[in-house]
Amino acid sequence: MSTASVPLPGWISYGVIPLLNLILAFFFSGLVVWAIGENPFEALKFLIEGALGRGDAIGFTLFYATSFIFTGLSVAVAFHAGLFNIGSEGQAYVGGLGAALVALSLDHYVPWYVTMPFAVIGAAIFGAAWAFIPAWLQAKRGSHIVITTIMFNFIGAALMVYLLVNVFIVPGKMAPETRTFLAGGQLPKLDWLMALFGLKLGPAPFNVSFIIALVMCYLVWLLIWRTKLGYEMRTLGISPTAAVYAGIPYVRTVIIAMLISGGLAGMMSLNAVMGASARLQVEFVAGAGFVGIAVSLMGRSHPVGIIFAAILFGILYQGGADLSFEMPNITRDMIVVIQGLVIFFAGALEYMLRPAMVRLYQTARGK
Amino acid sequence: MEYFDTFVSILGSAIRLSIPLLFTALAGLFSERAGIFDIGLEGKMLASAFAAACVAYWTGNAWAGLGAGILISIIFSLLHGFASITNRGNQIVSGVALNFVAAGLTIVLGQAWFNQGGRTGQVPPEGRFSGIILPGADMMREVPIIGPLYANVISGNNILTYIAFLMVPISWWVLYRTRFGLRLRAVGENPGAVDTAGVSVVWLRYRALIVTGFLAGFAGTYLSIAQSAAFINNMSAGKGYIALAALIFAKWKPVPVMFACLLFGFLDAFANFMQGKSMPLIGEVPVQIFQALPYILTCVLLAGFIGVARPPKAGGVAYTKER
Repeated sequence: MSTASVPLPGWISYGVIPLLNLILAFFFSGLVVWAIGENPFEALKFLIEGALGRGDAIGFTLFYATSFIFTGLSVAVAFHAGLFNIGSEGQAYVGGLGAALVALSLDHYVPWYVTMPFAVIGAAIFGAAWAFIPAWLQAKRGSHIVITTIMFNFIGAALMVYLLVNVFIVPGKMAPETRTFLAGGQLPKLDWLMALFGLKLGPAPFNVSFIIALVMCYLVWLLIWRTKLGYEMRTLGISPTAAVYAGIPYVRTVIIAMLISGGLAGMMSLNAVMGASARLQVEFVAGAGFVGIAVSLMGRSHPVGIIFAAILFGILYQGGADLSFEMPNITRDMIVVIQGLVIFFAGALEYMLRPAMVRLYQTARGK
Repeated sequence: MEYFDTFVSILGSAIRLSIPLLFTALAGLFSERAGIFDIGLEGKMLASAFAAACVAYWTGNAWAGLGAGILISIIFSLLHGFASITNRGNQIVSGVALNFVAAGLTIVLGQAWFNQGGRTGQVPPEGRFSGIILPGADMMREVPIIGPLYANVISGNNILTYIAFLMVPISWWVLYRTRFGLRLRAVGENPGAVDTAGVSVVWLRYRALIVTGFLAGFAGTYLSIAQSAAFINNMSAGKGYIALAALIFAKWKPVPVMFACLLFGFLDAFANFMQGKSMPLIGEVPVQIFQALPYILTCVLLAGFIGVARPPKAGGVAYTKER
């Protein structure tokens, strides 16, 4: 009998195998570091110190993690419905437009806590809008969502550059960005939260969007496992034909799943645009949408797993910056390699270790 | 005549810009027709551009550079095969992963070896593929219409350009006139039938991926040691995705692939030309429109508004033998 159909207990499928895949990914990353002629263990030490050693380092780590939670949730929601949304990057980028428009129009008049809910809605609507056409094309015309979302990433990038260069640019300035938001359009830092743990945040832009991200994690969990819509999405993800046979409306479910996915991606911009730079800049997403793919795969599309995976990638992003400072031979792009290897082992090769684990498990149980 | 000269110069640059697209789209053609989606074309192009630049820099031999580019691209292809054929992993995920590995590794290794912020060293002239002046190009230049076309568009390109156009009929012949091609197309439509006929689906798909790696290697090599003289950070800049778009735009057929790549190359060249110029009646057209146009056109096509783009039926699904 083939090993593929043998059931494994949850702690192996969701614990041991992902952990082993992660270790493999880090092993090969270590090989790359070693090949460059640096000591991988020392590199790891610098990386962890740089990410968790000081209060502001932790602040930066959590700041990155916040973005990755949003994009990770975005990829995960689509994934549950059987859709592979590579477009989180573009949806987050366009979502930034929504957040910026709200901030630019309200920051003169109201304090941040009035702006915030509108900004959340604005970012989500713009992100969702950018996911709508690919969703509609998938649902109605059968165009492959992977291809269309890739195309929309590029179209979105072109659109945003055009808007920033020609519309939003501050007259007389060279940089293609909006004006700086006033305090009413900024999300305040969470220094009080860090102070609770006796840490000083310093210049790190760790801000209120972290709390929004955690709320979204809870809402996504509620949606996927506790609502009818979530049930329909999961059914569609496991077997589209069964879902249609059971009377689940295909077109509606696909479009709603993608709108939610795009909306979550769009909210990532709250963190980067309103929490950190206080203005809309070119390329502010900086790959966070793609990290979302790795985060979602590693977190097994579960909000709790996504939080852990997002923090891990936050550590990589913040620690990577410090590492390249300590070891000039290793550039910051090493994290892109690690990210790729994590996606490769935790995602593409997720079944590689399964047959071996099944045999081990069966021997251990004496079958 | 002035308009004609401009046209000829845009056409020349359109051809130069479409060559990497053409190699990559033909590469994607083989894997997608065999039922393996390949988002990783971008990464293959980038990795082979880097390998070609390194080897050409060290050896001063362009052909050695090409060999290295092809080799590394085939290795990436085989990794994709290992994940998506042998281990039945998700083909999209695997492609995305390999793109990141290529994007990161080229910069990390480039910085470690050359210490120029991700650039490789300047490749010496003998390590590059330079333009070949076809016989009679200078004589022909004086002939109206045909002369400038021959001298500036057809002649003066490097050898890889001619190989690229040669690959179009060869690909067509392999896909439609050989046993390998017939089986390759069959395995993309109905792998079960191919298996029943006693042909190994796994080996067939691996061979298709090797061809993909081979062709994508040319594309990367072209970027780094024919079009320029060094590897630069992220020099493929989304060309792999445009090639993918061209492949879909051409409905997975070799000859239309060539026209789609020429069209997208022309859009690119035209965008460069139009930068800062204004068009009659419309005024200045934002350059971003031309940059986005290949993607928009592909989406419109995918939506089924210009004919139907029907992908290979078994694409994206790993083949499992019956238990």
